[in-house]
Amino acid sequence: MDNKNFIAKRVAMMLSDGDVVNLGIGVPQLVANHIPEGITIIIHAENGIIGAAGRAPEGEGTDNVVDAGGTQITTAPGAQFISSTDSFGAIRGGHINATVLGAMQVDERGNLANWCIPGKRMGGIGGAMDLVAGAKKVVIAMEHTAKGNPKILKECTFPLTGANVVDVIVTEMGVMEVRPEGLVLTEIAPGYTVEQVRAATDAALVVYDDLKVMDIGE
Amino acid sequence: MNKITTAKEALSHVKDGDTVMVGGFLQCGSPEYLLSEFVGHPARNLTIVNNDMGIPTSSLTKILDAGQVSDLICTYIAQNEAAQRMYKENPACLHINPQGTLTERIRCGGFGIAAFYTPTGVGTVVEEGKEVREFNGKKYLMETALRGNVGIIRASVVDEFGNCYMKGTSKNYNAAIATACDYVVVEADELVPVGAIDPDLVTVSGIYINAIVVAPKEDK
Repeated sequence: MDNKNFIAKRVAMMLSDGDVVNLGIGVPQLVANHIPEGITIIIHAENGIIGAAGRAPEGEGTDNVVDAGGTQITTAPGAQFISSTDSFGAIRGGHINATVLGAMQVDERGNLANWCIPGKRMGGIGGAMDLVAGAKKVVIAMEHTAKGNPKILKECTFPLTGANVVDVIVTEMGVMEVRPEGLVLTEIAPGYTVEQVRAATDAALVVYDDLKVMDIGE
Repeated sequence: MNKITTAKEALSHVKDGDTVMVGGFLQCGSPEYLLSEFVGHPARNLTIVNNDMGIPTSSLTKILDAGQVSDLICTYIAQNEAAQRMYKENPACLHINPQGTLTERIRCGGFGIAAFYTPTGVGTVVEEGKEVREFNGKKYLMETALRGNVGIIRASVVDEFGNCYMKGTSKNYNAAIATACDYVVVEADELVPVGAIDPDLVTVSGIYINAIVVAPKEDK
């Protein structure tokens, strides 16, 4: 299994039956492919679907049913279409159990930067700031480094998406929880040593004796 | 009370310096026929309110390229070269809002609420220049309501009173914009007699709609 699917599968195992989940683009989208057997999650698309499903088969989709990336998709049984106003009301109102997002930078206090690199092409904020402010749990799913450079920092240098918002970071190297004492490495992926993870991480990592091996099953 | 009119007549309500709200999220629910007729309109110094300024093939891009627009209020412009160019030439023209903040500002504009407190953007650049207030130990930003002079929206089925049924995800900003502008024109994919839409299925009431323009059938 490649790194991205390995990360996505570990994130999927954190979800509970009945959770309402918003998945960002990239690695987070892969989470939908790894939902454990017997668990139903409800996917929220912030442009206006509670109960989104996968990409529409070629020729069967419509521009009236798209996800937040503009891709024509389908809906799951029990879905509802809502306006942007209601969709973001659901986000800010705490009705989304978890959001899974990528990051450009994340730091040991749970600050997240994923919308703007100063001096580079302007993208925009989109729904990211609302998601990190409103979702009950914020999960960062990303590769541990970018071209070998750490993305998990002591302090973010790019403009923040949210301050002290991240709960947990999942990478191909391990699982890190943002706790009051700092960033705690709770699980380490098979084949890595703590020293290797520390070397790829700019933030200080707290490691306790109960460090587990990151197990994604079959 | 005849609301059915032409694009030209409806769009003649747009004046220099107006704020024009445009419904749609990327290509979904974008009022493409009205936008195509809006390209080259004489009004200048317009402020456009739209989530993303449209996909590259949208006529909204041509409106920006035609120099009709001075300010953009939006959430995201990654897909839009015209907006990128305007931002490069004059960064102050771009007013990026978090998406939930923009849609709530519009909702409040339509529903008589002057301002609101949201947790979104606390501790970020969005906070700059805004009142920060604590409620129950949590910080919130004050954001103000937004209204438009003219709203340009789209609906799948519209009756002759202006009641709108908006399919699927095309409700997006179209529903809120209908309530938040002095003059609202809806582009109808299909026009039906009054009473033909089940009241349970009306997304937006005709009381908010001033003008209805039937979109020509696309060749598909």
